[in-house]
Amino acid sequence: MGRLTRLLAAMAIVVLGVTACGSSTTSSGQIGGTVHVLGTWSGAEKDSFDAVMKPFTDQTGVKISFEATRDLGPILQTKIAAGNPPDITAAPGIGTLIQLARAGKVVALDDKLDMSQLNANYGADWINLGKVDGKLVTLYAWAALKGLVWYDPKAFQAKGYQVPKTWDDLMALQTRIKSDGGKPWCVAMENQAASGWPGTDWVKEIVLSQSGPTVYDKWWQGKQKWTSSEIKQAWTTWGSILGPGDSNVYGGSQYMIATTFGDGGQGLFSSPPKCYMFNQGSFITSFFDGYTPKPVAGTDYAVFPLPDVNSSNAGAHVLAGDAFVMTKDTPQARAMLKYLATAQAQDIWVKRGGGKIAINKQVSLSDYPDPISKSLAQVVVDTKIGRYDAGDLMPSDMQSAYWSAALKFAQNQSQLDSILADLDKKQVTAYASP
Amino acid sequence: MSTPLTGLPTLQVDWQTLLTVNLPALMLVVIGVPLVLAAYIVGADILVRRLPKRSQVSVRPWVWVGPAIVIVGVILVYPMFGTIFRSLFDRHGSTFVGLGNFTRLLTDGGILIVLRNNLLWLLLYPGLVLIFGLLLAVLADRVPYEKPVKSLIFMPLAISFVAMAIIWQFMYYYRPPDVAQTGTLNAIVVNLFHGQPQTWVQDTRYNNFALIFIGVWGATGFAMVILSAALKGIPGELLEAARVDGANELTVFRRIILPLMMPTIVVVGTTMVIFALKAFDVVYVMTAGNYNTDILARRMYAELYSAGNNANASTLAVILLLAVVPVLIFNLRQFRAVESRR
Repeated sequence: MGRLTRLLAAMAIVVLGVTACGSSTTSSGQIGGTVHVLGTWSGAEKDSFDAVMKPFTDQTGVKISFEATRDLGPILQTKIAAGNPPDITAAPGIGTLIQLARAGKVVALDDKLDMSQLNANYGADWINLGKVDGKLVTLYAWAALKGLVWYDPKAFQAKGYQVPKTWDDLMALQTRIKSDGGKPWCVAMENQAASGWPGTDWVKEIVLSQSGPTVYDKWWQGKQKWTSSEIKQAWTTWGSILGPGDSNVYGGSQYMIATTFGDGGQGLFSSPPKCYMFNQGSFITSFFDGYTPKPVAGTDYAVFPLPDVNSSNAGAHVLAGDAFVMTKDTPQARAMLKYLATAQAQDIWVKRGGGKIAINKQVSLSDYPDPISKSLAQVVVDTKIGRYDAGDLMPSDMQSAYWSAALKFAQNQSQLDSILADLDKKQVTAYASP
Repeated sequence: MSTPLTGLPTLQVDWQTLLTVNLPALMLVVIGVPLVLAAYIVGADILVRRLPKRSQVSVRPWVWVGPAIVIVGVILVYPMFGTIFRSLFDRHGSTFVGLGNFTRLLTDGGILIVLRNNLLWLLLYPGLVLIFGLLLAVLADRVPYEKPVKSLIFMPLAISFVAMAIIWQFMYYYRPPDVAQTGTLNAIVVNLFHGQPQTWVQDTRYNNFALIFIGVWGATGFAMVILSAALKGIPGELLEAARVDGANELTVFRRIILPLMMPTIVVVGTTMVIFALKAFDVVYVMTAGNYNTDILARRMYAELYSAGNNANASTLAVILLLAVVPVLIFNLRQFRAVESRR
């Protein structure tokens, strides 16, 4: 009995000590408290987020409680339905967020942020991207550039290959690599429940560059049929990259569908190279860093943007980025969003690498850690037609049908017509209001 | 904030909520629920005793089973009819469409593959688990190192289906023929049998079997342990007597061991059938229903959460229900037959 009393007393002291320490932050004039954040990051991406948030916690005393899930849409919807939403949600796919915003489940930010400052620091495109029905609901803290072709400059030099400037150059380079006995491309589309998305990246990049932003917007808005000539043409153009029977791709369709997207670049660095080019977004460098031996940016790999398919849409690029929304209005959540929009926060993100590009114009190009990320930031600055990832803008069941379609197409290109007809059927139901 | 606690996870206790909300709620559950039940039973029994002797006999069982019926009604029967009701309306829940959802879903080409896959799970999963479990139980019974063998085979049961799927991704991992295979299965195929590496998870010829096998691997230990316990319960004299009478080992197994173990086999089989119908995690993690591996539970999840389509999700739930009913009836009959034989 004496033992138990002592144990309880010891526990009481510990607990009191902890609460006392917790209350000391509020007494020193800071905001204090906690922000509950729901997101998808783990590993290096989560470490970067922690690094970005550290000065914020130091300045305001607001702690970050982060919950990670790869299945964000359903988890978020369940939490909202249960009346227990997170304060802030950081989502890579914003189709779900648009639907939630229309249903009034997301807090409008127009009167929560300092809009004049945001207008001064952000390009109009990035603010408009966050608007649903005229209200600002999502905030972007960094951008990633899609449609980038990664290659090994040493391998290019050894064979005398030139970086293609036009689409025709790219087609010619493909033919030349094949006649030299090599494989032009590595493509890897496996990502568990989200398998197929790297293939859809190809299609959306081609749609934007080939048919322009009007068709692109109508397409993700569900007003452009998948069987229409423009969208079908984009798929067949991707087919000309893959080659008949996927003959342009290392390992053929089996390798494409069974290989995890992050491992897809390994073929570039083997000797002799298994493939010469790999199309993936700017974030892929954080996966390159995990390869053994670790390839060095600049010497082992370099990058060029996918050439314009149609010169009338020159400078068109598909962009992506995590969207932050306020799912519960608290002073801590407002403070966090304000902080994320600052150059201070985005500078940390940019300096840690991982292909993240700042949206705040105050972040200078000299802050990028290596020549590659600097050149990518320059591409973003030079972007003439910038569009957000179409798949991420579609309703989530349209998006998953699109992912599956890319897998089917890679397995058998001759099925294209029936694949597109199925997507048309899905389009009819997916865009009907829930 | 540089306290000695820096670096440790900070423990934040919300005393107000704990004392005013959580604690009373806990008290209510721990003390209140048994109290109410006790009061119900005592009170009802007093009332029943006032009835004439003859009707007491017919009323009392209903009094005792009443709370269970109410609970099952609220959490099982009511949602079931709610689901059936919803399956007859459109996705907004406003327009009555009769069986329209069913005809639309069943004529959609995709659903037939889903139903076929569910049938595969329903047949192969319980079947293989029982066969392997029985085989291991009987064989392990005859070796001196029974305990370590059983422990090893039982171990996967401690792993969640999601973790199992992740582990088996490494087993099934595919790399092209011109590089070293890192996936266990393909390494065996290539190095031992000099075959071509296979995409076990993606190839529609055998990927369903690959997925089902993961589930079988996870549940065999469970079946083995229960069946082994039943096997040990069979009196040794009985087997001895049969052998003295000249029965060979196969006859002993077929005529004595198997009939005596039948009740246990039925119990394990029923559990596995339920597991097979609940199957979701392995398919969700490994293929997300791609490559013709979709099953009803995953499709239902996709319709409910990803498409936000209550009508389709309810319709799939009803189809699943209709598929379960014959199995349940069969199982109940089997169970009763075994009981009456005792």
